[in-house]
Amino acid sequence: MKKFIATLILSIFLNNNLNALIEVDITRGNLDPLPIAVSPLHVDIKSEKIEGLEVRVLGEKISEIIEKNFKNTGLFNPLQKDAFVQKPDIAHLKPRFEDWRLIKAQALITGKILVKDNKLKVEFRLWDLTAAQEMIALAFTTTPSNWRRVAHIISDKIYERLTGEEGYFDTRIIYVAESGPKNQRVKKLAIMDQDGKNTKYLTLGNELVLTPRFNPTNQMVTYMSYFRNMPRVYLLDIETGTQEIVGNFPGMTFAPRFSPDGKKIIMSFAKDGNSDIYTMELDSRLVERITEHSSIDTSPSFSPDGKFIAFNSDRSGLQQIYVMRSDGSNVKRITFGKGIYGTPVWSPRGDLIAFTKMHKGKFFIGVMRTDGTGERLLTENYYQEAPSWSPNGRVLVFYRETKAGDKGKGFSAKLWSIDITGYNERKLPTKTDASDPSWSSLLSK
Amino acid sequence: MVRSLFYSITFHSAMIFLTVLSLPFMLREPIELPPIVSVELIQISDKTNIPYAPKARKIIEETKKKEERVVSEQAPPAAKAKEKPDRIPLPKEKEEEKKLVKKKQNPEEIKPQIRQSSEFEKKELVDTNQIAALIDKAKEVEAVKNKDTNKITQSNQKNSFATGLTLSEEDALRAQIFGCWSVPLGLPYDQDLLVRIKLQLKKDGTIMKSEILDHERMNRPGQKFYKVLAESALRAVRLCQPLKVPPTGYDKWKDLQLNFNPTEMLKG
Repeated sequence: MKKFIATLILSIFLNNNLNALIEVDITRGNLDPLPIAVSPLHVDIKSEKIEGLEVRVLGEKISEIIEKNFKNTGLFNPLQKDAFVQKPDIAHLKPRFEDWRLIKAQALITGKILVKDNKLKVEFRLWDLTAAQEMIALAFTTTPSNWRRVAHIISDKIYERLTGEEGYFDTRIIYVAESGPKNQRVKKLAIMDQDGKNTKYLTLGNELVLTPRFNPTNQMVTYMSYFRNMPRVYLLDIETGTQEIVGNFPGMTFAPRFSPDGKKIIMSFAKDGNSDIYTMELDSRLVERITEHSSIDTSPSFSPDGKFIAFNSDRSGLQQIYVMRSDGSNVKRITFGKGIYGTPVWSPRGDLIAFTKMHKGKFFIGVMRTDGTGERLLTENYYQEAPSWSPNGRVLVFYRETKAGDKGKGFSAKLWSIDITGYNERKLPTKTDASDPSWSSLLSK
Repeated sequence: MVRSLFYSITFHSAMIFLTVLSLPFMLREPIELPPIVSVELIQISDKTNIPYAPKARKIIEETKKKEERVVSEQAPPAAKAKEKPDRIPLPKEKEEEKKLVKKKQNPEEIKPQIRQSSEFEKKELVDTNQIAALIDKAKEVEAVKNKDTNKITQSNQKNSFATGLTLSEEDALRAQIFGCWSVPLGLPYDQDLLVRIKLQLKKDGTIMKSEILDHERMNRPGQKFYKVLAESALRAVRLCQPLKVPPTGYDKWKDLQLNFNPTEMLKG
């Protein structure tokens, strides 16, 4: 009995040490781009031409678009196709995982294209090569002319599956296309896919246009135009091409932007050297004054939940950024740093505000938390402004004017994008000079 | 009947007593262990020419001055004057020297002693306890910094101390996994992002079995980001294998838990 009790006591005491499991905390990792293999999509041999499209080469082209999209994010490293260990016809088979791992790929995309009833059916699969399992498999059926969009949608799905956040590839950017010398600049509204393809002009260039902004539903655009030398805010339906003036203001209206639900337009109205912020409901045309101050209040931007508005004002002397409730109450200044702050834009995620800062003759694009803390300047140049968020809140697009043009004189304005980490700054391809970009939300949402 | 009842009551009381005894023991925090690294550092500094920290140098110089002052009142033994200046005395001889120094003093024979004291001897004259204390202090400051940046808590370090991996073994393993883990950058940093993976390892460090401890969370609605994170962590572990585990003590580390938490990294 004594022995039994002694053993029992010992086992209880020893148990504490024996069961202890070694735990190691991993708090850091690498930010190297993820190596990914995008196999060309396999095309059914029977498929040849459809609506003037060479179906045979579509597999290659779609995989190229996906690759390009991934490379531009800076988060992925699409591997060279020469190193691929299997041919595209593996689309209906499980890949040889060990072989793909040999070329250091961590993920693999395979797929195939079929033509049925004059429609294009594109299937794809994403494979986790280290776990040797399928991560996602989807198929899309569409009219053949939509093949580029299918490539972007596939990119979005894969991006979301691998990073945990929505993609931003099936989107468009609206901007002001510029041409001609600075004193006779022709400015037209233009729209393009986020990768610079499919550029279309929405206005003829007879009037000066500025600050186009997308509606969250993407059908409408609001912008400022100097029609008959009267600067006013306009509304344009992209599908039908119809335009109308927003509100009946007895003066200049500018800096328009949609509310997150797309039902209101918020803008500035200037009269007698003073400008305040107003909203107008699109259905009822009801106008509401939000700020009432003797200073210049402009560049309003709603928070994604619609409860707050960020704007810039010179009420404290220098232009700074303020945040208030959407009814105009509880105005708080959030920037106190050296320099002038402007063009605040609330992130679609709601956690950050992007801005332009001017200090010591230089322009910075930066982000800060919504209470003004954690300011980070992402990029610096002689002249750059107007940041606009990608729909997932990861990338900013803005425009930059450089002193010298292509021939070494004059100036040039181009669109640039940068990741909110401050890395991966790149120039977007536009046919002409470009300014005032605005990024749409996901078209396929 | 009465007898069996008596046995039952006795046995139950014994069990309750034992439980009461053991519970506080289980609840108690593990004993805080002193940092081991500082000891290793002292050994290294004795044998290499790593320069001392400014504070340490100051103390060394002060001590030297004191020693010189003392030396100036001391007389070395007559035999020492005949020795070659560069000769490094053997430890036994040094002890004798010290003993002799404490003996009678003779001001006339100061110079040879000063000339004779090599760098090696000067270091010996320094109070190593003082340097050790300084290095310990510097280590503490560094530990606080680490705590701020990496959120590696004392309790985590203690855990591995108590259960088998030394700091350097743990660091090697951690560094290996850092290299393999591609952190998905789109994750929300204001949410709980801890992924715990339990591993069963073979002796060579390859993985026999891996299990995500909160795997049911992966399929919950609104936890897509957790799934992505857990998958990336698993990918890292698989890519890294064989893991850099110690060659001995297999029983201690055959079951290993890795806690992946990218919050600090995502916050930038």
